Amino acid sequence: MAAGDLITSAANTWCPGCGNFAIEHALKDILGEMIAAGTPAEEIVLVTGIGCHGKMADYLGVNSFYAIHGRTIPVATGIKIANPDLTVLCCAGDGDCYGEGLEHLLFAAKRNVDITLLVHDNRVYGLTTGQYTPTSPLGFPGRSTPQGTPEYPLNPVELMIAAGATYVARGYTRRLPQLRELIRDALRHRGFSFLEVFQICATFYNQTAYYDEHACDLDPGEFPTADAARALRVAREWDYSRESRIPLGALYETTYPTYEERLAEHRAGTRDPVAVIQRLFAERT
Amino acid sequence: MPVEEFSVLIGGRAGEGINKASAVLNHLMAKLGRYVYMYYDYPSLIRGGHNFAIVRSADQPIRTHRDRVDVVLALNQETVRLHAGRLSASGVVVYDSSSVKEADGIAIPLDQILKEEKAPAITRNSGLIGAFCRVAGVPWAVVDEVFREEIPAHAEVNLRVARRAYDAAEERFQVEATDRPPLPVLTGNEAIALGLVRGGLETYIAYPMTPTSNVLHFLAEFAERSALTVVHPESEIAVILMALGAAYAGKRTAVGTSGGGFCLMTETLSLAGMAELPAVIVLGQRPGPSTGLPTYSCQTELLFARHAGQGEFPRLIVAPADVDEAYLWSARALDLAWRFQVPAILLVDKTLCEGGYSASFDPAVEVVEPPAPTEEPGEGPYLRYRLTPDGVSPMRTVPSPGAVIKVNSYEHDEAGITIEDAALSTAMQEKRRRKGEALARALEEYATVAVYGPPEARVGVVSWGSTVGAVREAAAGMPVRVVQPVVLEPFPAEAFRAAVAGLDRLVVVEQNWTGQLEQLMRLHGVGADARVQRYDGRPFTVDDLVARLAEVV
Repeated sequence: MAAGDLITSAANTWCPGCGNFAIEHALKDILGEMIAAGTPAEEIVLVTGIGCHGKMADYLGVNSFYAIHGRTIPVATGIKIANPDLTVLCCAGDGDCYGEGLEHLLFAAKRNVDITLLVHDNRVYGLTTGQYTPTSPLGFPGRSTPQGTPEYPLNPVELMIAAGATYVARGYTRRLPQLRELIRDALRHRGFSFLEVFQICATFYNQTAYYDEHACDLDPGEFPTADAARALRVAREWDYSRESRIPLGALYETTYPTYEERLAEHRAGTRDPVAVIQRLFAERT
Repeated sequence: MPVEEFSVLIGGRAGEGINKASAVLNHLMAKLGRYVYMYYDYPSLIRGGHNFAIVRSADQPIRTHRDRVDVVLALNQETVRLHAGRLSASGVVVYDSSSVKEADGIAIPLDQILKEEKAPAITRNSGLIGAFCRVAGVPWAVVDEVFREEIPAHAEVNLRVARRAYDAAEERFQVEATDRPPLPVLTGNEAIALGLVRGGLETYIAYPMTPTSNVLHFLAEFAERSALTVVHPESEIAVILMALGAAYAGKRTAVGTSGGGFCLMTETLSLAGMAELPAVIVLGQRPGPSTGLPTYSCQTELLFARHAGQGEFPRLIVAPADVDEAYLWSARALDLAWRFQVPAILLVDKTLCEGGYSASFDPAVEVVEPPAPTEEPGEGPYLRYRLTPDGVSPMRTVPSPGAVIKVNSYEHDEAGITIEDAALSTAMQEKRRRKGEALARALEEYATVAVYGPPEARVGVVSWGSTVGAVREAAAGMPVRVVQPVVLEPFPAEAFRAAVAGLDRLVVVEQNWTGQLEQLMRLHGVGADARVQRYDGRPFTVDDLVARLAEVV
């Protein structure tokens, strides 16, 4: 494909009504804005996992690494270690990122690696045809748990604030203007940006009515806050299971040095391998 | 008594600095212009337990140790109990009489010496080494020089203790100096690390695991002088994925692990195969199954390395035998991995990784440099998986102005977009197959199979990896040809068949019980007549192999 076409010619195979379309078009527009504002297109990299969200790698006409299930973050971290100047965006799924690859999520937050993680949280496995995920509500009757899942859901927003992410936000695909702002801010933030996006699975878990009814906005005058305790209180308002309002927006933002910056502090020396090896030989004889 | 070949064993409790002491002994013998081999034996714990090292030296190259030793340096009673039986006829125990109560030999009162010299407990080893040097007839000037080089920060106190013990001991041997310039003694891990650096390594990523942790430690220290980035992430899964990310962004990257960590890497190994991303994996074998004997040695991952990862894709597996081969082939593995965009596995073991060897290689030795980036043929957009006659697509890495670089774990088209089409799937499978064939052709330029021994030999002994060192020495007195496939995948079948041509009988020596190299040979039409195997975690010694080979040759 030619550079500059932000949508590829790959045939789109998401179900009609899928929440992924809204994310795709928001990303296309926002990446287009970044390029128009001077970010070289070749310095943008998209990393995806496996699941319906992963098709973003085929559909967006940017550099992409279509990785394996649960493993976007270590790939993105390797890319940033190699070249801290790149803008690296991960699109991951909820099963993909909260299930199979949870340890990498914690470590990305712990390290404050400068990547943006957008989690397509539809709270169900779509591509494998409807099993519960780590954010499905208690009692969710998936194909692997027809009597209802016996597990409480994970609260990823709470987890990310606790683990040290420096930008934590939550959006919803049917609140597009806000979602676009959150994506822009997440990409702009230096450090690990965590953006959870509720999207419905049109086929296996259509929660449109529930989200439309319960979603509420945070007061933009008060949020995002750098006060983790306050952010955590808001994060805990809804536990992904019981009936409650669902606060949307940027909950938490703070700044501290990124992983790549700290790593670069230790880089020194010469690129002449023969000379350094010969010096070592001299020391050993 | 003048001696050409000489072995010393130093033993004590873990935490008493046996490893450092053996490095000093290596250096002392190297300083005399002698070839050195060091075997290090330790249990998987931090303090206590029994550690010992054998430093063997000779006036010709050696790559293994013997059962017999000439001197036992005992820091504790346990060392005398376990190793006094190894002494040669003229051998002697040199012991710390403050901690060893029952021994026959040369007693050094280290408690008293340390007290009088106001020296810390860790200088005990220096005392024994000082005594050893007198016993072995090493001139004091050499001792002085080596201590100053090995322990620059605390040379004085260690030398005072060493000198007291030197004076308290008596000369029993005259270990001969040669007029050859001293060779550095490197562990296999160090040689691998340096070979990777020589090959243009930019990033090293690893999770600690014996026996390759010291590649990580060495490079982490070395990073300060070589502009390397060294990273220790949360797991081996993260290690190999980060490596592929770094390769995608243009950095020559290697990782290190052992069997258990490699198990965790296999899903991503397959991703490397499909996405055609290069990586070098240092796979240090240790006995399994499972946690097994973590600090011991074996050769049990050849078939695992060959088959690891779902699906069919080309890979390179190389098994160097000593530090000279480790240096050369680590550099080449990086080069070949990047030229052919394949994962490359350096298949080594605890014996090579943590053993010490005199390094004969020239650091500036030529390794093949990667060709300049190929320019796109004609017009049209960049295609990461362009179908080419040899299956190798021009590799660009991000950022590359004007190019969109898509890599994909799914089957994909030339642009890297997911496909399921039958004809295109076939074309892509065949592209990867052709790439493996091109790699095999490129390997024909190298000595992929080493051959040693008299041309008239009728019996062949085939071995691989670190075991070859012991085999070569044991076979030196026998009318046999030693054959060593250095590259194991793609298996150099033609070169191997040429190497065994004219032999009436083949014996395969390896450190496993399923005969993994033998199975690989049979796959290529070469059977074996006998096998010599060992699977107790300990490497073959010369004496051990001389006896076992005599039964079957």
